[in-house]
Amino acid sequence: MIPAAFEYVRAGSAEEAIGLIGEHGEDAKFLAGGHSLLPLMKLRLAQPTVLVDIGRVTDLSYIRDGGDHIAIGALTRHMDIENSQLLRADVPLLAHAASHVGDPQVRHRGTIGGSLAHADPASDLPATTLALGATYVAQGPNGTRQIAAGDFYQGFLTSSLEPDEMLTEIRVPKMNGAGWSFQKFNRRAQDWAIVGVAAWRRNGDSGVALVNMGSTPVLASSVSTALAGGASIEDAAQQAAAEADPQADLNASIEYRTHLAKVLVKRALTEASN
Amino acid sequence: MEISVTVNGVMHTGNVEPRTLLVQYIREHVGLTGTNIGCDTSSCGACSIHLNGEAVKSCTMLAVQADGQNITTIEGMADADGTLHPMQQAFMENHGLQCGYCTPGMVMAATSLLGENPNPTEREVRIGLEGNLCRCTGYHNIVQSVLAAAGGAK
Ligand SMILES: Cc1cc2nc3c(=O)[nH]c(=O)nc-3n(C[C@H](O)[C@H](O)[C@H](O)COP(=O)(O)OP(=O)(O)OC[C@H]3O[C@@H](n4cnc5c(N)ncnc54)[C@H](O)[C@@H]3O)c2cc1C
Ligand code: FES
Ligand code: FES
Repeated sequence: MIPAAFEYVRAGSAEEAIGLIGEHGEDAKFLAGGHSLLPLMKLRLAQPTVLVDIGRVTDLSYIRDGGDHIAIGALTRHMDIENSQLLRADVPLLAHAASHVGDPQVRHRGTIGGSLAHADPASDLPATTLALGATYVAQGPNGTRQIAAGDFYQGFLTSSLEPDEMLTEIRVPKMNGAGWSFQKFNRRAQDWAIVGVAAWRRNGDSGVALVNMGSTPVLASSVSTALAGGASIEDAAQQAAAEADPQADLNASIEYRTHLAKVLVKRALTEASN
Repeated sequence: MEISVTVNGVMHTGNVEPRTLLVQYIREHVGLTGTNIGCDTSSCGACSIHLNGEAVKSCTMLAVQADGQNITTIEGMADADGTLHPMQQAFMENHGLQCGYCTPGMVMAATSLLGENPNPTEREVRIGLEGNLCRCTGYHNIVQSVLAAAGGAK
């Protein structure tokens, strides 16, 4: 399967990429790892007329200690996140979640910025960074702005990025020893989650987010509220789907997804509490 | 667009349409047909090659993205005199293939895996090959082959 014809331009920096996107208008798209965009283009579900390749903007591939958070360049690949000693020590939930994205070949190409910008509710890193209360940094023609993960996801494959805005950095708060768990339920190893849960817990505080339980990644705040109010894990997990709006598909009915969310949240909280 | 790609140590320069997939470029422009297309939907891993030493699915990359990069295909694994790469030898000795269609991709994924984890456990081999499907062998002998190659590399 071959994509529809398009023009290809390569950017050497974020500024250049943003300029090129602006110049080429609505039908131009950034190309990072290509592991969400190219499969869609091969199926002709996406037909951009211009691709602005940001894959060589290597100065946006980094993982740095930012004091209370870890700063991750948007072009950092899943494999580099998975293997980062810094993230394994300070944000182990994210390093672990990245190791569950697709398969090694996918993780050698796919980037965190592409995964978040694609805004697929079935993807692992949007929900994980949401649970962790991350902040995303976007750069546009008029400078940069910070977007809380909770404000970023607007709908299915829709984010609050403007067409000429590029994600440049993801800032993830350090977990400071919080317990955590990542639960991914799927039928085949490399698949997206039928339902997934990213969770952390420290004393009365917690963060729980759901993969594939609605048109966006879902923050299960009712679970955290219940835990903060002293509810047992069992009781808190009953609130798992309170904020969710799951859809039925080939893999699961709405009832099954709702059931899975409760079971997986219970497992996640139990593991995070150990 | 004009691109230069080093394939198995040889630089190839030529014009491609931007929408040319890397696997198409390797098979039809460079003329190396050892890299197979199984699914064409990023799932099966038959098209796996090394990009700068790491396994990637060449059906999910554009040839233009490989401009200036180093690629190794299955044809680049054996020595010039025909001596097989230890991974190929291990697949042969352990019956790691039946029809052989998945094998080039398996060998490329498995060598990339050992590059990152030279002494994997059986479970790590199974997880490391999750991006590669085989419709014949039931995987058992593939996993044995990779473990044998890792042992031999010690
Ligand atoms: C076989 C397979 C299995 C997979 N399994 C999983 C899985 O289990 N879990 C999972 O979470 N994901 C999975 N993925 C998706 C994978 O994580 C992708 O790598 C990721 O979603 C997209 O990142 P990318 O760099 O490849 O982005 P691209 O495909 O290059 O881009 C995706 C979208 O984001 C835009 N974009 C990219 N970078 C930026 C940026 N910096 N700023 C603004 N916009 C940008 C592009 O214009 C495009 O619209 C899988 C993919 C494949 C092919
Ligand atoms: S042909 Fe590329 S993954 Fe199947
Ligand atoms: S040997 Fe036939 S597909 Fe693997």
